[in-house]
Amino acid sequence: MSINADDVRAMARLARLAIAEPDIPTYAAQLSRILDLVAQMNAVDTHNVEPLAHPLDISARLRADVVTESDQREQLQAGWPHIADGLYLVPQVIE
Amino acid sequence: MASEFPDTAAELAAGLAAGRFSSVELTRHYLARIERLDATLNSFITVCADRALAQAAAADTRRAAGTAGALDGVPYANKDIFCTNGVRTSCGSHMLDNFIAPYDAHVVERLHAAGLVMLGKTNMDEFAMGSSNETSYYGPVQNPWDRARVPGGSSGGSATAVAAGLAPLATGTDTGGSIRQPAALCGISGLKPTYGRVSRYGMIAFASSLDQGGPMARDAQDLALLLNAMAGFDPRDSTSVARADEDYTRAIGTSLDGLRVGLPREYFGADLDPRIGDTIHTAVAALEARGASVHEISLPNAALAIPAYYVIASAECSANLSRYDGVRFGYRCEEPRDLEDLYSRSRGEAFGEEVKRRILVGTYALSSGYYDAYYRKAQQLRRLIKQDFVDAFQTIDVIAGPTTPGVAFPAGTNVEDPVTMYLSDVYTTAVNLAGLPAISVPAGFVDNLPVGLQLIGNYFDEARLLGVAHAYQQDSDWHLRKPPGTD
Repeated sequence: MSINADDVRAMARLARLAIAEPDIPTYAAQLSRILDLVAQMNAVDTHNVEPLAHPLDISARLRADVVTESDQREQLQAGWPHIADGLYLVPQVIE
Repeated sequence: MASEFPDTAAELAAGLAAGRFSSVELTRHYLARIERLDATLNSFITVCADRALAQAAAADTRRAAGTAGALDGVPYANKDIFCTNGVRTSCGSHMLDNFIAPYDAHVVERLHAAGLVMLGKTNMDEFAMGSSNETSYYGPVQNPWDRARVPGGSSGGSATAVAAGLAPLATGTDTGGSIRQPAALCGISGLKPTYGRVSRYGMIAFASSLDQGGPMARDAQDLALLLNAMAGFDPRDSTSVARADEDYTRAIGTSLDGLRVGLPREYFGADLDPRIGDTIHTAVAALEARGASVHEISLPNAALAIPAYYVIASAECSANLSRYDGVRFGYRCEEPRDLEDLYSRSRGEAFGEEVKRRILVGTYALSSGYYDAYYRKAQQLRRLIKQDFVDAFQTIDVIAGPTTPGVAFPAGTNVEDPVTMYLSDVYTTAVNLAGLPAISVPAGFVDNLPVGLQLIGNYFDEARLLGVAHAYQQDSDWHLRKPPGTD
């Protein structure tokens, strides 16, 4: 499985991950090697095998739909500089 | 350690109980060793001297009042993946270099309620992604047996800290071998519990269906004591298993008569350094001499564990690490042009190369049109790999084999070659895919470097594994050996 530079750019875009242009060929080569390793999976016929998502094959436990968290906004925002009036500041999104 | 203090947590707890020394004296002793030896070993990211001494003083007060628990006042080192209220919790990443955790992980709550004294936070591969501790933002950790070699990873700081006598106990986490592989490479003992035994609440997520916290220590008895303090049901982790607390020391000292040990032929193939194979066979013979019977078994899908693991782990990592966006905590890039630029440059600047590779692989495996070929396929193989173990445990009680295919490798060897690095986990990842418990204990040396014996148990069979490992340690002294230059 060969990954080219455009594939790397597409994945980096999907993952919101800035990758410097000069580094792209190295990532393409390394990712190709990793996918070659992964391709060993194709040696086995898994037709009719049910996927296993949880090692103990049980589903996640549900809890009652009640509030369990207290308001910790001040503590959670302590030390983060990009705050005004208890809100997180980001670059302007709407003109 | 040439001093008035013994080496193991069990002996230290006995000394504290007998009043031979105080927790404050003991804590000062370890802090002094860290000060003297860790500038080069680099096993700690953060040392919490003042906080540790305050915890120790409180433990001494409880001791005097007669209310101290079993490990009260015993120091430990905490992998920097466990959130610790008021202390930087970096996960080995530039991304979290400025992150002061606002709460305690469940494990930390439990350990501190039990009176353990946290010496500091240990070094690790970035976001636990690595097998050599070379991907840490805080620099590599040295292997105390040979300073030019890696300690393994990702819990390399914890392994080195215990091996060098900088802490008697340490926490670790194991997603594909991250407790067992560094334990093997540093000559200590480490246990990965059954998935769901130890709460993941406050344990920074890498691959959620594989991650499991566990104890690292000098011997099996100390592992059992620390697991007693770490493990327990936690409703805040939806995959925490609702079972009653148990005493993991209960099989320590029991006989091995009738124990059925399975040797998987796939774990003794061409990948394995034959000298390690010989070492493991010698260790298994010691179990046999104590009454165990040994049987060859087969795990036919063993070779698929690495590819399936790297698909599942990368996919889950790409989802988990999407939370690091530069908006609410962690690293934020300077002067973002717009919101997209804020996300992508904060992540691009603060994540290291291995983390980026795995995010990209995971994104690829989960992207439209590829899901069935990668993620679904890997989960189907996961079922086959698990079934191999389920079948094996019909006829045997414990699986024995090597923890790693080779001894600790020189630093820098595999940094540019991720696939070769991944293959150092060839005997450990299947256990995570299946969710089983497994332990690594010192079993000898090759080229003066430690070799680990891996024992894999059935689901929830940690107590038996610890009993078998303890029995082995009655007949061997590998776990008592100390690295040169650490007196």
